[in-house]
Amino acid sequence: MDPLDIARWQFGITTVYHFMFVPISIGLSAMVAYYETRWLRSRDTAYLRLTRFFGKLFLINFAIGVVTGIVQEFQFGMNWSDYSRFVGDVFGAPLAIEGLLAFFLESTFLGLWIFGWDRLPGRLHAGCMWLVHLGTLFSAWFILAANSWMQHPVGFAFNPDTGRAEMNDFAAVMFNKVQLVTFPHVVLAAYMTAAAFVVGIAFWHLRRQSDPASEDAGMWRKAVRGGAAFVLVTGLGVVVVGDFQGKVMTEVQPMKMAAAEALYETEQPAPFSVFTIGTPDGKTEKFSLTVPNLLSFLATGDFDGEVKGINELREQYQETYGEDPGAAYYSAGDYTPYVPVTYWSFRFMMGLGFAAMAVALWLLWATRRGRIPGGRLLYTAVLLLPFMPLLANSAGWIFTEMGRQPWAVFGLMTTASAVSPGVSATEMLISLITLTLLYGVLAVIEVRLLLTAITTGVEPITGVDDLPKVRTDADDDQPLAFAY
Amino acid sequence: MELTTVWFALIAILWMGYFALEGFDFGVGMLLPVLGRTDRERRVLINTIGPVWDGNEVWLLVAGGATFAAFPEWYATLFSGFYLPLLLILVALIVRGLAFEYRHKREDAQWKRRWDAVLFFGSLVPALLWGVAFANILRGVPIDADLEYTGGFFNLLTPYALLGGAMTLLLFLTHGAMFIALKTDGSIRYAARTLAVKLGVVAAVVAVAFLGWTQLKTGDAASALAFLVAALALVGGIAAAAAGREGWAFLGTFVAIAVGVAGLFLALFPDVMPSTLAGGTSLTTTNAAATAYTLKIMTVVAAIFTPLVLAYQAWTYWVFRKRIAVHHIPETVLAAGPR
Ligand code: HDD
Ligand code: HEM
Ligand code: HEM
Repeated sequence: MDPLDIARWQFGITTVYHFMFVPISIGLSAMVAYYETRWLRSRDTAYLRLTRFFGKLFLINFAIGVVTGIVQEFQFGMNWSDYSRFVGDVFGAPLAIEGLLAFFLESTFLGLWIFGWDRLPGRLHAGCMWLVHLGTLFSAWFILAANSWMQHPVGFAFNPDTGRAEMNDFAAVMFNKVQLVTFPHVVLAAYMTAAAFVVGIAFWHLRRQSDPASEDAGMWRKAVRGGAAFVLVTGLGVVVVGDFQGKVMTEVQPMKMAAAEALYETEQPAPFSVFTIGTPDGKTEKFSLTVPNLLSFLATGDFDGEVKGINELREQYQETYGEDPGAAYYSAGDYTPYVPVTYWSFRFMMGLGFAAMAVALWLLWATRRGRIPGGRLLYTAVLLLPFMPLLANSAGWIFTEMGRQPWAVFGLMTTASAVSPGVSATEMLISLITLTLLYGVLAVIEVRLLLTAITTGVEPITGVDDLPKVRTDADDDQPLAFAY
Repeated sequence: MELTTVWFALIAILWMGYFALEGFDFGVGMLLPVLGRTDRERRVLINTIGPVWDGNEVWLLVAGGATFAAFPEWYATLFSGFYLPLLLILVALIVRGLAFEYRHKREDAQWKRRWDAVLFFGSLVPALLWGVAFANILRGVPIDADLEYTGGFFNLLTPYALLGGAMTLLLFLTHGAMFIALKTDGSIRYAARTLAVKLGVVAAVVAVAFLGWTQLKTGDAASALAFLVAALALVGGIAAAAAGREGWAFLGTFVAIAVGVAGLFLALFPDVMPSTLAGGTSLTTTNAAATAYTLKIMTVVAAIFTPLVLAYQAWTYWVFRKRIAVHHIPETVLAAGPR
């Protein structure tokens, strides 16, 4: 394998892996902070117990999100050094600001939250978790701004003397129109993912309760119904924003929309194909289920709009980018991404999202007015629910990033010229194998820990001794409320 | 002052903060098998850094990010050049970070013993390799005219670089022992204090050798002054530990490490990564830097947020200022929160 392929595999594997934990960190920090705030407001111990239970799961997840993030930060320099040289001026700034604004906030206040149960008064303690959540949002903002710039570079000028893209408008980079749709899409998707996680676990527990009137059953019901409603609302948000996003994308990267649809010839109006059975290259279809005019609407907002096909766009791209501008960051070639992946990942993202919303709706109906539904089918569907948005996220990223190929920075630098020229294939292979094996082992450990924590359930609250209490000097010799 | 110089200084400060803070985390991790003979004692040690280790590590992430933004060429050459050592550091930091959170999640002696080993090696490897990496930056490495590192892995393991690694390893061990003496109570506290003095003496000898060598190779008056202050602080810290003044002792190693790193950066300036190749190009604060516009934006952001970060990090240390002893460690740790 050549270094380019290895570096791409490593980036894909490590980033998709990182993003398995990221959405749960973003969404669950908000939900835990919400439960804790509810507890403080209502003094309903069910919310305190939920805070502790989901707090524990959150920490298991967050830890792995943090350590896999470290790899992300350094692999730009390690595997993509020419890319780093080329874009550092623009791209480095959001990354550095992310560290300063987001990572310090997250890590410091999470430490305070974990160990601060008996050091900080309740509101301050809950405030720490809200700040962690704010940190995750900052983090998402800045890293997505960096990524949006790769999708649609703005606010810079190419300097032929240094051979670098140089920033001249920071605000344009921060408020890139791609960023303005990507941020809400990704953050709402993260909320949806965490809510689905909560629903799946809480429903499993709810079904295990022998007495539907018990305190525990009441607590799990709260989590199930609140979570399911949240899945629905955020899911709806994701779909609405996704619709805007499709239009922005058609404008800035028309090829990606054509590839998403495997649309080879320009059509007006264009139908949307729900699924296709055809040859792997997508060039001939054997069977296809289509909805007339829908693609036109997704891409342009008009049911009769024209959607350009891959063949026409390829010629158009070759005209625009075919002449090498001398900087050698790209060379003339075929500007088509790998269509089967874009086609299917786009459908998986949307399909899994709609499926999750359907399950959530069904669950809300089935649990109305104190009911605990007994059916096997619903039970199976709800246990699968957490995986739906999770995998939709991966599909969304694979679509966005593979659909941009062959570009690393759209219209400026191809992925092939981004890779480190000085690193050998052997070194990269060592890195790819090491990280993949390590991540595999960590996944096993993490899943086992999560399962143990989930099945152990929530400790009961038996008296005032179980409630959080701020230490005074008189308690100096007492054991700590929490220690590793 | 030129903005490029400002950013060189800011990156130096980030590394000073990183080594002075995560240095004692590494030390605590490495001293786990030495000072923690029972599980409870090991838990005392881990809990001294439990609330703060992640915040300390972010200093590294910000140093990396700031280098990317302010000196893209430096970031690119450094990280692709020191490829395998960095990979080792990454792996160590990954498993070490998980050890804190996962070790106590199961009441199983073998599980805990494994994570203890992870903590030990996960602290040892970066403590050693950071010194090796910095020594190589100072000594200069083969960088060609395209700013690519052409050296390979074994080229990084010179006697000078290994001495640098030994220095950071020993300094962090001493720093960790000082921190434990300051933050614990009971027998661990006194054992740590005695150990800190012994380790400190060895560390001081190695540090004087390495810093002296550096001074002879690339130093100037400013770096000489910094090295002198660092050495005095280290000796003062050891003396304070011997006299039972733990606060002063810790301050001593803290200042020694921070000012020592400052000296290394002073010795490096105005290069950021000198080349040893005849036809090669050295990376300097000018030819590796981002544009003035980017630096200006970053300066504004840093000026606003750095004080804020320092304030809340300091507040965390204040909240968790009390010493921890064996009797503070609760039996069960499975709940997040009381009991
Ligand atoms: C939309 C959100 C998002 C995206 C696209 C990414 N991350 Fe991430 N990252 C987070 C959201 C996040 C987070 C929510 O802030 C995390 C996850 C769990 C956590 O601990 O913080 C995090 C952790 C995290 C950390 C550790 C922070 C710490 O020590 O506290 C680093 C260094 C990175 N990330 C870097 C990256 C890089 C370089 C990415 C691009 C390739 C990236 N992340 C993609
Ligand atoms: C966290 C969510 C993300 C996921 C799951 C993801 C996924 C992927 C995948 C699957 C590829 C491989 C595409 C291919 O090789 O064909 C890729 C490429 C790439 N992505 Fe992302 N990405 C994410 C976020 C980001 C962000 C935030 C950035 C920048 C800040 C980024 C920068 C890149 C770069 C530089 C490449 C080029 C390397 C390559 O083509 O393999 N990605 N990404
Ligand atoms: C009908 C529903 C949806 C539509 C129309 C939609 C639309 C889109 C579009 C057009 C993109 C590509 C943006 C670009 O490359 O410029 C995208 C990316 C993405 N989608 Fe969706 N999406 C939908 C549902 C979902 C769901 C349910 C999830 C996850 C829970 C999700 C997660 C993502 C992620 C993580 C990305 C990559 C990041 C980004 O570019 O925003 N999407 N989506």
